[in-house]
Amino acid sequence: MATQLKASRRDFLKIAGTSVGGLVIGFNWFSCDSPKVEVLSTEQILSQAKSFNSYLSISPTGDVVIYSPNPELGQNIKTSFPMVVAEELEADWEKVRVVQANLDPAKYDRQLTGGSGAMPHSWERLRKAGATAKFVLVAAAAKTWNVPAAEITVEKGIISHKGSGKSGHFGEFVTEASAMTAPEEVTLKDKKDFKIIGTPVKNVDSKDMYTGKPIYGLDFQREGMLHAMIQRAPFGMKIKSVDDSGARAVSGVKDVVTFGTSVAVVGNSTWPLLKAKKLLKVEYEPDGTVESTADHDRLFAELLKSGKAEVKRKDGNVDAAFKGAAQVITSEYQCPFIAHSPMEPENFFAHVKGDKVELIGPTQTPDRARQETATLLGIPPENVSVEITRLGGGFGRRLRADYVIEAVEVSRAVNAPVKVTWSREDELTGGAYRPAVRYRFEAALDASGNMIGYKLRGVGMNAGNTTRENNFPSGAVDNVLIESIEHKSSITTNAWRAPITNFLAYAEQSFLDEVALAAGKDPVQFRLDLLNRAKTTPVGELGYDVDRMIGVVKTAAEKSNWGKNPNVKQGFSVYFSHRSYVAQVADIEMQGGTPVLKKITAVTDCGMVVNPTGANHQVRGGIVDGMGHAMYANLTFENGVPKQKNFDSYRLIRLKEVPEIDTHFVDSGFDPTGLGEPALPPTGGAIANAIFSATGRRLRSQPFIEQKEFSDIKLEIRRA
Amino acid sequence: MANFNLKINGKSHTVDVEDDTPLLWVLRDHLGLVGTKFSCGIAQCGACTVHLNGNATFSCVTPVSSVGNGEVVTIEGLSEDGDHPVQKAWAEVDVAQCGYCQAGQIMTAAAFLETNSNPSMEDIDNAMNRNICRCGTYHKIREAVALAAKTK
Repeated sequence: MATQLKASRRDFLKIAGTSVGGLVIGFNWFSCDSPKVEVLSTEQILSQAKSFNSYLSISPTGDVVIYSPNPELGQNIKTSFPMVVAEELEADWEKVRVVQANLDPAKYDRQLTGGSGAMPHSWERLRKAGATAKFVLVAAAAKTWNVPAAEITVEKGIISHKGSGKSGHFGEFVTEASAMTAPEEVTLKDKKDFKIIGTPVKNVDSKDMYTGKPIYGLDFQREGMLHAMIQRAPFGMKIKSVDDSGARAVSGVKDVVTFGTSVAVVGNSTWPLLKAKKLLKVEYEPDGTVESTADHDRLFAELLKSGKAEVKRKDGNVDAAFKGAAQVITSEYQCPFIAHSPMEPENFFAHVKGDKVELIGPTQTPDRARQETATLLGIPPENVSVEITRLGGGFGRRLRADYVIEAVEVSRAVNAPVKVTWSREDELTGGAYRPAVRYRFEAALDASGNMIGYKLRGVGMNAGNTTRENNFPSGAVDNVLIESIEHKSSITTNAWRAPITNFLAYAEQSFLDEVALAAGKDPVQFRLDLLNRAKTTPVGELGYDVDRMIGVVKTAAEKSNWGKNPNVKQGFSVYFSHRSYVAQVADIEMQGGTPVLKKITAVTDCGMVVNPTGANHQVRGGIVDGMGHAMYANLTFENGVPKQKNFDSYRLIRLKEVPEIDTHFVDSGFDPTGLGEPALPPTGGAIANAIFSATGRRLRSQPFIEQKEFSDIKLEIRRA
Repeated sequence: MANFNLKINGKSHTVDVEDDTPLLWVLRDHLGLVGTKFSCGIAQCGACTVHLNGNATFSCVTPVSSVGNGEVVTIEGLSEDGDHPVQKAWAEVDVAQCGYCQAGQIMTAAAFLETNSNPSMEDIDNAMNRNICRCGTYHKIREAVALAAKTK
């Protein structure tokens, strides 16, 4: 089924010849109102990154260069985007080179990494770009050989005409192609004919990563560049006084500058700054509320009781349903603040030169870095250039530009190029955390065990809407009330991989297990009954596709042999987030009285899988991440300062602590959706439900290892 | 400040730094060998792993003054062209996500396989447990170490 798609020239296509015969296709992956035709030499195409970054270019040698605009932080977009272009182009993947584009809002739309949104946003654009390039190359070959274009075939960068026996590589036709007019319509390939998409293509940065090339922001160095490290104020505090005499006395320290609530030590290298920072004597005073974890616990209890909630969803008559219920189940679930902890700590290079600024470093949102810099300095945004390095992880932390602005502040103050580096202690104490949240769930069952009422109230610390009100089980229950309450905390928060759902899914899926048990139903059948209800007689708005959710539930039950082996205690969980559906089953085997977590089975519906290696990575990585933080991570506060300051007290999951992960993908026929986040939310619930199944202990707070219900459970993790 | 003569990747380097400067920062800030990564600074995560006389060593807590005549090998010096069996296995298995910790993982694995050329999966687990991967590539790390052991 070939699809005819209107390929508006204004939308993305420009063709240009080059002085030495290369072809440049400015496909402006994203719509652009005023695309420019740039005429470039082959040398420029192959060597000068900055001059043609919105383009797919093909040299006379047949080499293909594809620019990847979105920041790469491990989600593998730098490999999977070009795969889609190369597929429609019928390129030889071995001859494709990928280059990270710098920030250029005139050429790229949505040049950010977040929300698992890049692939669904760009899928069709990428395909059209490749197909259009192929179209003009074929037209050029047809003209050259004087044969009908329809008789020409293309495979691995070789254009062939069977009848005449002629063939040649892309490079031989780029000059002719550059004189062609862009087509109004292009034909996209049948998905069944895909040769690159759906195959395990290897990471394009492999060799650089495994040989220690300077590809990350922290690796950036330049002659004359100064280093800076920063002491930040506790949350809710401001600076009262600074005694920097000790810091200044450290050999290698050049300057100490104060801005806002921060004090920066500046020098020629990092180590003296790590020492000098410890010698800063900064006195702080309250500037608003100074909070501790005990305050949060009190606030959670008070706010859950208070009447002042924002109603996010209301169906039917909840009061009547609960009044007439045969059984009511109520439970509360709580999660702590946690940090993002990318392995590469926050860092950025800035050089303020008059009214111009050069920024280089790891960011998920280069445009935000530019805008905030422009605002700070009162200069036009176009005066700020942003070069995007590879990111050593992000998890949402690098959606913010706070650490970029610090580099700008210091560069401006010392009038020199500066790289700000955060230590791990800075990263754990420097804010923008996953917010702490507490939920109260209530379910009303009728005499037959049907859920006739469902209530959820969430309280979050700077969490915004703590609920996903149109997500399952909404739509499957007649009487629903979903409410959210926000406490404005002085502790800063930010999106953290799968925002809100990274905890909500665990809480909800654990609670539904409690309800299934109370109803005397199998947890999988209980969910399927609700989903069938949502399918046949849905209540209100549904934010999810019921069939796709049923699909992953049934497949996960099948692949995990759900309920078939009495020696295996299983926990089920399913969640829809970021356009993808993931069901997981955790298996705990009792071995001589010891519960052993052996396996997590994951079934994902993310539409078509572009790169099976990348997809497996994201699902396994999401599960390891979800498990690690559910088990171990906790940031607690004392007077606005986190107590856990490094990985000795803030525990991250290690290799020996992960079970086998068995991944499966459902082919639902949909276009691909993102996978950076959706596998994480279901994991905590699957593990908690399996622990309950094995031990009878219900874990209602994270991290699990700090709960008293868990204290005498010697959970072991073993792989086959 | 004092001069230190260091043997790194088979070459001799002289640096003028304070005695307590960790080898990590000498490599990164003074010699431009940035393949060795900074992450925790307290010997917890292994991102800074180098070989010192063949032993996997946390360079973030190794003062330069303690290195002496020791032979230091960093990720840049592990092989000529990324063709050490461990690097090749890493590429074959396609281990990395963000990749930031992987140089340290590779250095740990390479030192380990010198001491145990025929490891069990349990041996691999024990050896690699000292390095943290925040992206959760642990399954692939195990697979790559096992493959490197076979091909070495």
